[in-house]
Amino acid sequence: MIHIPLHEGLILSGILFFMGFLGVIVRRNIIFMLMSVEIMLNAAGLAFVLAGAHWGEPDGQVMFTFILTMAAAEVSVGLALILQLYKHFRSLDSDSYNQMKG
Amino acid sequence: MNTIFYIAAGVAVISTGLVITRAHSVHALLYLIVSLLAVSVVFFISGAPFIAALEVIIYAGAIMVLFIFVIMMLNVGEASKKQEQQWIRGSIWIGPGILSLILLGLFLYAAVEGAGVPLGAKVVSPKEVGISLFSTYLLGVEIAAMLLLAGIIGAYHLGKQKKKVVHRFMKEDST
Repeated sequence: MIHIPLHEGLILSGILFFMGFLGVIVRRNIIFMLMSVEIMLNAAGLAFVLAGAHWGEPDGQVMFTFILTMAAAEVSVGLALILQLYKHFRSLDSDSYNQMKG
Repeated sequence: MNTIFYIAAGVAVISTGLVITRAHSVHALLYLIVSLLAVSVVFFISGAPFIAALEVIIYAGAIMVLFIFVIMMLNVGEASKKQEQQWIRGSIWIGPGILSLILLGLFLYAAVEGAGVPLGAKVVSPKEVGISLFSTYLLGVEIAAMLLLAGIIGAYHLGKQKKKVVHRFMKEDST
């Protein structure tokens, strides 16, 4: 059986989380921003599952199930919004959305 | 014996780095799928086979398919790829990179401080997860159901094609 030290798993989830964070800040294309948010959610779920595995309890996995549900709902609404925005502005540039009047 | 973990972690980090640096959105999406599969390997070897399966089926399957459909509907071409390459060139990475590296450093310090505790080798079976999900967290399950319902209605409302209602006198003016 494999023994991963808990802090190494947490380091992996931290690296993934801050990569997603960097993506949200740097990218201007709104699809890439949504993808980076997905990376961040996945990294948070990784931390939950690893902490649950550390104590041998199912709670971490239950929390990951909720995160998965939330991510699915968020992506469906977010992508519908992106389609509407693209229809209005003919652009995926998040800077061009500052002219939204009403 | 930890080699599998290190390989999977390396693949996950490298492919995530490629996701946030690609100019073409379909390439980025494929790298994101690779990253999710690597994370699911980590789940599997840390004793969570149920979550590993969910990660592959729902994240890498359903959610990424949604992304691919939307990218296909948006019909992004060669021109937008060129513009994207201009946006992500060079010095734009410096400021955010330093900021998130500082935050990552703080996080790593906090993680290493409590070092040396091995992850339990116990496999938490889907049965235990299900029992916990439908007894302790029953309220959470119902809230999640409400959230999904709201998501469905929201996506339907936002994605609906709205008919333009123009009065017949206006119509003659405009054409």
